[in-house]
Amino acid sequence: MSVLVLAETSEGKFKKSTFEVTSYGKKVAEQLDTNLVVLAINATENETLYKYGAEKVLNVSDEALATFNAKTVANIVKQAAEKEKSTVVIIDSNANGLYLAPLVAVNLNAGFASNVISLPSSTSPFVVKRKAFSSKAFNNCEISTEVKVIALAKNSYGVFENEVSGTTESFSPEIASSNLTSESIEQTTGTVTIADADIVVSGGRGLKGPENWGMVEELAAILGAATACSKPVSDLGWRPHSEHVGQTGKPVAANLYIAIGISGAIQHLAGINSSKVKVVINTDAEAPFFKAADYGIVGDAFEVIPTLIEKLKEFKAINA
Amino acid sequence: MKILVCISHVPDTTSKINFTENDTKFDSNGVQFVINPYDEFALTRAMWFKEKQAASITVITVGDATTEPTLRKALAIGADNAIRVNATATDGFAVAKELAAVVKNDTYDLILAGKESIDYNGGMVPGMLAGLLDYNFVNACIGLEIEGEEATVSREIDGGKEVLSCNLPLIIAGQKGLVEEKDLRIPNMRGIMMARKKPLTIVEPTASDTATKSTSFEKPAAKSACKLIDADNVDELINLLHNEAKVI
Ligand SMILES: Cc1cc2nc3c(=O)[nH]c(=O)nc-3n(C[C@H](O)[C@H](O)[C@H](O)COP(=O)(O)OP(=O)(O)OC[C@H]3O[C@@H](n4cnc5c(N)ncnc54)[C@H](O)[C@@H]3O)c2cc1C
Repeated sequence: MSVLVLAETSEGKFKKSTFEVTSYGKKVAEQLDTNLVVLAINATENETLYKYGAEKVLNVSDEALATFNAKTVANIVKQAAEKEKSTVVIIDSNANGLYLAPLVAVNLNAGFASNVISLPSSTSPFVVKRKAFSSKAFNNCEISTEVKVIALAKNSYGVFENEVSGTTESFSPEIASSNLTSESIEQTTGTVTIADADIVVSGGRGLKGPENWGMVEELAAILGAATACSKPVSDLGWRPHSEHVGQTGKPVAANLYIAIGISGAIQHLAGINSSKVKVVINTDAEAPFFKAADYGIVGDAFEVIPTLIEKLKEFKAINA
Repeated sequence: MKILVCISHVPDTTSKINFTENDTKFDSNGVQFVINPYDEFALTRAMWFKEKQAASITVITVGDATTEPTLRKALAIGADNAIRVNATATDGFAVAKELAAVVKNDTYDLILAGKESIDYNGGMVPGMLAGLLDYNFVNACIGLEIEGEEATVSREIDGGKEVLSCNLPLIIAGQKGLVEEKDLRIPNMRGIMMARKKPLTIVEPTASDTATKSTSFEKPAAKSACKLIDADNVDELINLLHNEAKVI
């Protein structure tokens, strides 16, 4: 028996979310009184995973896997799970993880729970809590199959050190072919993505037009934050669709979410509710966002934000 | 080209989410049900293929009789016929197996679905269906063009997009970008009249085992009140975020 975690790498380096799924996987393994195995593909720093509890790292190194293919990777996860007799397979909720998880579930004939936010409340029956109704509620979900697949929601568990003396074993699975060909990948570099960001700065229709986003971007840059927007802002073409957050856009589970000129419609709040601390800046004291926020300023964004930028610069100069 | 669009019947986005029977069942009392917003993008893209490339569109849902108005709405938007698999959808894997059974019986070139439903947010049915059928599959799809047997598909990746190509048959799990919001269709009177006469076939389930079940629901704990900070005192906000919330 074992618990298997799939590590996500970017240019050979593990993403922070990999440390979170590894930390989580270690605890699940302890609950089941078994070991944690992490499957890493073309990764270079496998030892760093020992710190978070990986007793064994299965290292797959293959040029053919340089470009992600969901079917191929799902097939490798299956082979690893079978080899390690894994009863729980844990996957990260990034774009690639969410793409391949259902395929892994079919491969292993396993029940799948996505959006999981906490450790199993019981392992027999196996019950996990997950987000549902676009974070308006939680759902306790029992997985009854022998093998269980879990996608852990981002920033829901945290990263915990739990040093073990791990080993890395080289693993050469069969590489299944796929009829899907990757033609091109466009990736913005240098900016923080909403999925990976600890802080998200988001603008709404209250900002009046795309020409006013300079201050949003500046604020985000100072905080090392990602920029986001409400749905009408992306529908109007002021900002790209990839920045649309909310029930029908991207979910945000950041440590800090700053909403500027956003009213706080139920569909918007649904998507950002999992963020830990919410700040709202809005001229209208009656805006529904104030009911959902932790901190609020009733004021004009065009006055408050430039001041906030100046003050944060001073703050960062001292606290860098 | 034969297209199948998978439709999920979900509470309207403004619905109050409540539970009954000791928090084990969703309380549908007074709730308006709609076509899952992600599925609307899929259906609208299918309509484009129908109008420009003479495709036929079947819509399908796994659900009891209460889901029929949602299927009729899809017919009113322009789908040609509808299938309802007569089972209550409780587990994504079971739903995917029911859909796979229908597709094995009557094949499709293109299967369009939404990337997740806004009620259970499982995000698994399209991928599982692809796994069960061994069809090509693209998740979080934001662009789809078809030329003969060949498809060019874009998907959203973290911080960007990837363009892929493959042959049909293909399953995609769509989202905004697949079509623009402004191009979404609403049924007109003529569509609604015509929809009444379009075939809606009821298929009995194959009674797949369920792999998961919902044991109970919880609502988020009530939040403490928002701390208001004076607009002239931005320093205080920084202080609170630093010393109290410890997020900067
Ligand atoms: C099916 C469906 C799905 C939806 N999904 C989403 C979703 O995923 N995400 C989403 O965001 N929305 C979604 N919506 C839309 C949602 O209902 C709201 O319309 C939208 O969130 C409003 O965006 P907003 O807050 O930017 O604009 P508005 O509601 O217009 O609010 C603008 C706010 O700015 C404030 N303001 C104006 N001037 C200033 C100023 N100078 N300084 C500070 N504040 C100012 C105003 O007081 C107001 O509160 C959905 C709607 C539907 C029907």
